[in-house]
Amino acid sequence: MNWYGRSLVSGCLAALAGLASLTAQAQAQSYPTRSITMIVPFAAGGPTDVIARIVTGHMAQTLGQTIIIENVVGAGGTTATTRASRAANDGYTLITGHMGTHAASVPLYPNLAYHPEKSFEPVGLLAGTPILILARKDFPPKDLKEFVAYVKANETKVNAAHAGVGSVSNVSCELLNSVLGVKPVGVPFNGTGPAMNALVAGQVDYMCDQIVNAVPQVNGGTIKAYAVATPERNPSLPNVPTTAEAGLPAFQAQAWNAIFAPKGTPPEVVAKLNEAIVKALDDEAVRKRLLDLGSVIPAGADRTPAALGKLVNSEIAKWTPVLKAVN
Amino acid sequence: MADLFSNLALGFGVAFTPTNLMLCLIGALVGTLVGVLPGIGTIATVAMLLPITFGLPPVGALIMLAGIYYGAQYGGSTTSILVNIPGEAGSVVTALDGFQMAKQGRAGPALAIAAIGSFFAGCVATVLIAVLGAPLTKLALAFGPAEYFSLMVLGLIFAVVLAKGSVLKAIAMIVFGLLLSMVGSDIETGASRMAFNIPELADGLGFATVAMGLFGFAEIIRNLDAGSESDRELVQQKVTGLMPTAKDLKDSAPAILRGTALGSILGILPGGGAVIASFAAYTLEKKISRHPERFGRGAIEGVAAPESANNAAAQTSFIPLLTLGIPPNAVMALMVGAMTIHGIVPGPQVMQKQPELVWGMIASMWIGNLMLLIINLPLVGIWVRLLRVPYRLMFPCIVIFCAIGIYSVNNAPTDVVLAGVFGLVGYWLIKHDFEPAPLLLGMVLGPLMEENLRRALLISRGDWSVFLTRPLSAVLIGIAAFLLILAVLPTLRKKRDEVFVESEN
Repeated sequence: MNWYGRSLVSGCLAALAGLASLTAQAQAQSYPTRSITMIVPFAAGGPTDVIARIVTGHMAQTLGQTIIIENVVGAGGTTATTRASRAANDGYTLITGHMGTHAASVPLYPNLAYHPEKSFEPVGLLAGTPILILARKDFPPKDLKEFVAYVKANETKVNAAHAGVGSVSNVSCELLNSVLGVKPVGVPFNGTGPAMNALVAGQVDYMCDQIVNAVPQVNGGTIKAYAVATPERNPSLPNVPTTAEAGLPAFQAQAWNAIFAPKGTPPEVVAKLNEAIVKALDDEAVRKRLLDLGSVIPAGADRTPAALGKLVNSEIAKWTPVLKAVN
Repeated sequence: MADLFSNLALGFGVAFTPTNLMLCLIGALVGTLVGVLPGIGTIATVAMLLPITFGLPPVGALIMLAGIYYGAQYGGSTTSILVNIPGEAGSVVTALDGFQMAKQGRAGPALAIAAIGSFFAGCVATVLIAVLGAPLTKLALAFGPAEYFSLMVLGLIFAVVLAKGSVLKAIAMIVFGLLLSMVGSDIETGASRMAFNIPELADGLGFATVAMGLFGFAEIIRNLDAGSESDRELVQQKVTGLMPTAKDLKDSAPAILRGTALGSILGILPGGGAVIASFAAYTLEKKISRHPERFGRGAIEGVAAPESANNAAAQTSFIPLLTLGIPPNAVMALMVGAMTIHGIVPGPQVMQKQPELVWGMIASMWIGNLMLLIINLPLVGIWVRLLRVPYRLMFPCIVIFCAIGIYSVNNAPTDVVLAGVFGLVGYWLIKHDFEPAPLLLGMVLGPLMEENLRRALLISRGDWSVFLTRPLSAVLIGIAAFLLILAVLPTLRKKRDEVFVESEN
């Protein structure tokens, strides 16, 4: 063995020793050094998937690594979320969760294999999708006030469609019903498409759904929208009042989407990811695409990991009594 | 009319660009492959390929995804005919007569007539979408839960006709299929049913899992039985012409026409259209045939009608998407996702706002069908040659392909084990002259029937008369009742026996 070979060996040994002694912090500083896997717990093309793809597309540029989206479906997104909760907490496996997987799942699935707060580090809020109160186009009430009165008076006659147990349309409608103090019959469909079909065809009376699915139908006049359940009107439906304006301020609902990392992911990594999210949300092209979908982009203070943690906590507190009462 | 031509001209202008022709070809090829490979379904493939299309222009992306969807209907018949394994739910009934034809050395004509029938149906359905798309949308909206339930009742009564043996055994199989379909989560409460705390069963039994087991694995076990090997070799020696004879074409022509008509109508209904269409077409052929006893024994009409029907249905199922912007099934929902990514959310005005997208896609469907015919006809020779591969070499390949296919649906090893169990069940059923086709249909129709029954009764507040007071539903129930009386009435018994039962052995 010549000196070159010897030095190579010793060099390697030194490098190995060096690697072994590297702290997690040092690794975190160089993060990310390889591609990141982003689990999306719903099918490609759904509202959560679209938002995740728009934002992570920009994040990948900031981080200098590709972000691979993996769509894992099943059991209302809880299959994928369980998998993410068990992934290595090195920042290379992340999940885009939403109102269902990281809040409503707690009361809905008593045997949940993870807990939104105990199994995850909040990274950052991406965007909210406002909930609309929709009805078939020939449903008698003309505005939200009349709607409230009508539903209360005809509690035993009206039908509310939803996209399946545990879906956003299901849980948000349960919230509306509990605010109104009514228990109308809920008609389950397999997904938003068939539920929307039934509403357009006039087979069911009303539905709560995410704005992205409903805007073209409302604009096309095949269904009507009474109100949007956010503090402000939405630019994609400027003529639809907010629930507060229309006299039902207690009903506030948004299907928010946010990035989470497995519990114990180094804070430096979380900070770096959050920075990338903030940068993406400030990018004009990203903003335009999100706004086109009817999304609400979080402002300054709502973008920190701590704010997301608080949101999760308050959402669990909000949904648990509503959904426990139903089940 | 002038509008139609200018629209079609616009559509062909969009579809005939080199990129879009290429994407159409890729879609058709991938679709054929998906159809041929057992277990790998359209939904899984479209979901997997969706991210690739995000980099493409929206029209190109949709042309390719649509190609995969109807291409799979072409390819699905191949394994049904060659090895008795339906590649897609819509090809289950094709296996009944197609595989018998293959056994008689007529795999070539069976494959060719499937391709020809599919092409004809595809052409007709394309024109139908272009000309009558908007008015036909009303049909999709007229079908509420009550109508659906009545249609499913009719479907189940039809399913009895599928059997070539004992009616009682056929009914037993349908009921068994219905029972299997109830495994999973309750649609209204989300409570788990017959899942035995196995997480993989929480979303129900997969169609591919059960079909691969009952058809594929069971058939292999049966073939490996002593004595069957010589039977197989006989098949290989008997292979005659590759293309249908003039008599085959003459026999199939009316079946293709009827299959296309039935498929076009049933395809418009959201959910499960292609599956119902294929066996309704088969049933119709058997019912009106002067020699119903030929069905299940290699009747070419039994291949031509369902294959035309499922392809017509696959295409007319685009109508609700194109005119209302509402995806009628899971594959279309994925396509809406593809549009959403590009910032297009389809709605009722999609035809006015995005004419080049809608008409480009319609024109591409015709081009895609032509491509599929050109791809599939020469392939017939290759497929038939595959039958000459010694069975001891072929069956391990089939088992491996099936296992990979089943695993790939949910990445769940449990599914592969379940398919094995269903293989044993299927073997037992074959040995006791129970037929798996009615079971599979019960399983496919079961969830639709249960869900729509419950929806209809939820909306009517438990009032059963809703099935008779809604006109469309009443007509469907009426037809079902008529068929039932026909089957039960003692004076007509002899006639029915001729239709349903020709031999008990």
